[in-house]
Amino acid sequence: MKIVGEIFLIIGSLFLFLSALGLLRMPDVYNRMQAGTKGTTFGAFFSILGVMAMRPEWFLKGLSIIIFILLTNPLSSHALLRATHRLGVPLAKKAIDAYAEDKEKGIVEK
Amino acid sequence: MNSLPLWLEITVGVFIGLATLMAVWRIIRGPTLSDRVVGLDAATTITMVLLVMIGFFSNRYIYLDVSLVYGVLAFLGVVAIARYFEGGV
Amino acid sequence: MRLLLSTLVLFLLWMMFVASLDPQEIVTGLFVAFFTSLITGSVIAGKEPLKWLSPKRWFYFFLFALYFIKELTLANLDVAYRVIHPRLPINPGIVRVKTKLKTPIAKLVLANSITMTPGTITVDVHGDTLYIHWIDVKGKDVETATKNIVEGFEKYLEVIFE
Repeated sequence: MKIVGEIFLIIGSLFLFLSALGLLRMPDVYNRMQAGTKGTTFGAFFSILGVMAMRPEWFLKGLSIIIFILLTNPLSSHALLRATHRLGVPLAKKAIDAYAEDKEKGIVEK
Repeated sequence: MNSLPLWLEITVGVFIGLATLMAVWRIIRGPTLSDRVVGLDAATTITMVLLVMIGFFSNRYIYLDVSLVYGVLAFLGVVAIARYFEGGV
Repeated sequence: MRLLLSTLVLFLLWMMFVASLDPQEIVTGLFVAFFTSLITGSVIAGKEPLKWLSPKRWFYFFLFALYFIKELTLANLDVAYRVIHPRLPINPGIVRVKTKLKTPIAKLVLANSITMTPGTITVDVHGDTLYIHWIDVKGKDVETATKNIVEGFEKYLEVIFE
């Protein structure tokens, strides 16, 4: 159990590190958000799972932290992304921007 | 039960520390306002994990509660900032 | 019925947060759960409380959780690959997809799950249309995007929430 916990701790902190690296390297807000949201959620998930594996008596509290992170992290990033698009921050080297097209047509309110 | 190997504590600490530094760098440098908030959002989650780790290494259960409450408050803060950007608080 | 159900749910949540079997905590939790559900009962239990009791829905929820963890792992390996790669292989864009789901809670879970799948993040939900930022656009029309992004989750969520 201890070995499993140690491996989970290393995986979790490695992914936290990688997501922060993505935050630094990506070209615009939207791509930074991709790295920032996914990487930190997964990193937190595995780090806390590692702690739970080594301290079984902390299981319930760790589980509630994990569920809380899984529910709220995507939510805050949706709110932030919509607000960013509404502020008019452009996409870097975009292939398509259907959301802006529909805003032009008036399907979605600006 | 209590003691982890030292190299493991150092590895975890270095990874989480570097991650926090890079998120803070994004908060300081971010070209647009949204970049800074994205950095803040990531730094929040990293700090939650950091609090759990501190509780784990020093064997204090109370840090988990601190982490949970910090997460709730920071989530509300980010959502409030997003609402503010959209023009209605 | 609705009152009983939401009291039970809130009490279980309370027990998860306090994580102890002290009688003091249990009595306080029962009181708090009961009075909270007097005020907010219909919000938690929904219009049809019997949905909570169906074993088929819980079984599909379990399958969904397994599928979700698999997708989460794939998503992170994907992001890690893109971040480490020296040339940043991305081709981002915002596409629209259609969903068959009707209830708001199902749409919420779908949007949250899409945020956690490889390379996609939800920007806005508008009726049955979801606007999704895709880090590597494979097809610009609605059908291709829907097939690639939504369908894996939809078949579980349809059974769980509809």
